Amino acid sequence: MRWGEIIRRLVLIPPTLVGVAVIVFVLLRVVPGDPIAMMIPPGASPADIDRLRAFYGLDQSIPQQFIAWFGQALDGNFGRSISLHSQVFELVLARLPATLELALLATLIAVALGLIAASIGTQVRGRRAEWLVDGGVGILLSIPDFLWALILLLLFGVLMPLLPISGRIDPEIDVGFHSNFYLIESLLTARFDVANALLHHMILPALALALPFAALLARVLKTSLAEAEDQDYAQVARARGFSRSKILLREVFPNALIPTVALGGVQVTLLLGGTVLVERIFSYEGIGNMAIDAVINRDFPLIQGLILTFAVLFIAINLAVDLLVTLLDPRLRHG
Amino acid sequence: MSSALSRRSVLQLAGAAALPLSSGLFDGAHAAPSGTLTIAYNVNLPSFDPTIGLSAVNPTIQSIYQAVFDPYIGQAPDLSFKPGLLTEWGWNADRSKITLELRKGATWHDGSPVTPEDVVWSLQRAADPKGGNPIQFVWSKVGNFKIDGNTITGDVLEFEPTLFKWMAFLTGYILPKAYFEKVGAEGFEKAPIGSGPYKVDAFERNAFLRLKAHPTYWGAKPAFDTVVFKFVTDPTSRVAEMESGGSDVTFEIPYEEFDRLKTKPGLAGLTKPVSDIAMIFITDIDPMLDRNVRLAANHAIDKKAIVERLLKGYGVPIATLEAPGYAAFDPSIKVAYDPELAKSLLAKSGFSPEKPVKFTIQTTRGFKPKDYEMIQAIVGMWRKVGIEATIEVYEIAQHFELRARHALAPAAFYNWGNAIGDPSTSTGFAMFGPSPHCAWKGKDLVERIGPLWGEKDEAKRIAGWKAVDKYIAEEGEVIPLFQYVQPIIHKTGLKIVAQANGMILPQLIAQA
Repeated sequence: MRWGEIIRRLVLIPPTLVGVAVIVFVLLRVVPGDPIAMMIPPGASPADIDRLRAFYGLDQSIPQQFIAWFGQALDGNFGRSISLHSQVFELVLARLPATLELALLATLIAVALGLIAASIGTQVRGRRAEWLVDGGVGILLSIPDFLWALILLLLFGVLMPLLPISGRIDPEIDVGFHSNFYLIESLLTARFDVANALLHHMILPALALALPFAALLARVLKTSLAEAEDQDYAQVARARGFSRSKILLREVFPNALIPTVALGGVQVTLLLGGTVLVERIFSYEGIGNMAIDAVINRDFPLIQGLILTFAVLFIAINLAVDLLVTLLDPRLRHG
Repeated sequence: MSSALSRRSVLQLAGAAALPLSSGLFDGAHAAPSGTLTIAYNVNLPSFDPTIGLSAVNPTIQSIYQAVFDPYIGQAPDLSFKPGLLTEWGWNADRSKITLELRKGATWHDGSPVTPEDVVWSLQRAADPKGGNPIQFVWSKVGNFKIDGNTITGDVLEFEPTLFKWMAFLTGYILPKAYFEKVGAEGFEKAPIGSGPYKVDAFERNAFLRLKAHPTYWGAKPAFDTVVFKFVTDPTSRVAEMESGGSDVTFEIPYEEFDRLKTKPGLAGLTKPVSDIAMIFITDIDPMLDRNVRLAANHAIDKKAIVERLLKGYGVPIATLEAPGYAAFDPSIKVAYDPELAKSLLAKSGFSPEKPVKFTIQTTRGFKPKDYEMIQAIVGMWRKVGIEATIEVYEIAQHFELRARHALAPAAFYNWGNAIGDPSTSTGFAMFGPSPHCAWKGKDLVERIGPLWGEKDEAKRIAGWKAVDKYIAEEGEVIPLFQYVQPIIHKTGLKIVAQANGMILPQLIAQA
């Protein structure tokens, strides 16, 4: 990707986000489900309902509401959550780090497991053991992350209660952090006991997110390695007497990595989407868990803020992946 | 020596790994609770202000609020009322004034005293039309308060017979005037204080709330110094929390899981009928304008069978919207299960199993235990007598919106909570035409219910509501199904006081 392409992609970000905002804003108000109808107590008169509607600014037309919201959003004010009584921007900023840390840990686990599985699969290529690797990868891939969450919950929370199954940190630990990146901050400040407690809580949800991702990485990488291994440059290296492991590591792997990174990048965005259910199952305090409550409560400002946050993340990850692929692939780098 | 694993050695390793499971090594998870009580709670806490927004009218959240804040008036486990921060309350003879007596010696969590000014400010704030209190229409019926020592008097602007009952429930909390004005609404959300038995120690949104006992609480000292509400919204995860020993108490789990868990070593189960009923709204549109169809729909449902087969016996069949324990419950009102009667009623209107009357019934799926399955069973019962109902599934938010617009289907399943047990907040708001919650807008009920709103003679008022309930049953204008039973699972070694209003109050949980 050249500089021109990068600039074009960057220029497209604001209109994309405005488009997302318009669609979400209108859809929320058109589909059935009204936050005011949900909070009307018994005995409320039509006047009481109108009063509540006006209190939350829902008495105006949809275009009027959008203009008011958009004007505030340009100043960084995404409105006030109907259910949580706080500024949406502050709420999302407070919870986003928990999701990012979880996604990061899940990605690291997935990459590690994917590399190991692909390496083993390549090493045993053509042998009966390859079936085992392919079968294992197939099983990991065919079970969705939320189902892995329930399986892990049952295995390590109930049958062998070795790990905590809810929350981000033990309630008895006084956090006292300066940021909401608890894991990163605890590692940077050498509070390894706290980091250990955090990791204990994160390992099951991270694993649930990582397993299908790892399987996909393994399958793509293994196929790419097999294709690259059959290429002329690998055959030439073999003819020159290089060992197989050296050929795989030096010649084959860098080329096989390109499609894996491209697909893996897309998968990271899916992993972020997967946090919604997985966070819910493990009562993990990220934006995914918050999103479910926001939808249940028809908290329009919060839903808008969360969807925009997911949109920004998706765009940023896709851009970063494209840049990474460009760096890895000399054909793209040099046009 | 070969380093390769043989099949036998793998099996041996697997057997060794499985041994702890079978030998119960991990059963230590159910150890008796320590100085901290951990409750796996079924909903998140959205906000600390118990008087504004969605959470203020969510009955499930009130357990947390009542641990931190004091309601004006307390409520006993059987729904009766008892002194809270107010030790005395009442009307004058002609119901034109109210008198409230504030308890002496109560303190806020910051150590400052609870004052009559706090009470007046809380009532005025709740009554402010621009304040966002969803129950504002109740609080606005009193005003012009005067303070004399710890006695507060106020004028009745419009008589509301349930005013004092509301003081024990939704939005009926006393908040600290000086502190709130100092920190503002946002500051209060970040660092709330109340006068309840527990003060907020730590809060991780969507994860947990940690409370510490309020050292100068006016009431009985709670048994546990620390209480943790873990927000575990998924029922499967709550079950896992109990099985893993991660929590001491949980509730709102599937009945099948309740029956399984209560027999496990280290765990015990407790059930209590609560102030929440299952019902089917009937909308006054065709074909429900036909009395025969309505009554047939009522008589064709075997509520006992539904409770026994679908709810494992955890439910109490009801004939009116008043459940046992409510102020206007009348056990003499019966609606018998009689499919032959249902058939004969339908025949009078020209319907039969061969030529059924057709309509839509709306229901949620998974919002309440076995809701969809229950409606499926009811549709099956109806089919046998000559009613062909089509099931339409909707979300609960859609139900609220449709109900407010008077756009529900001819039949719509719902659950109706009434923690104060007053007939006005069950039959009243569900069946009074002008109410946005009412699906049956018939004039017959408007005329019968209307005079009861302002009835000042309590005995006459309750008798009036009983008469209305009897009339509704005779006309089949709603289909009451059963009263819910709340399943509570807890570690053995705990003594829990189950509340008829469904609250799980940590201050009422102690070591056995």
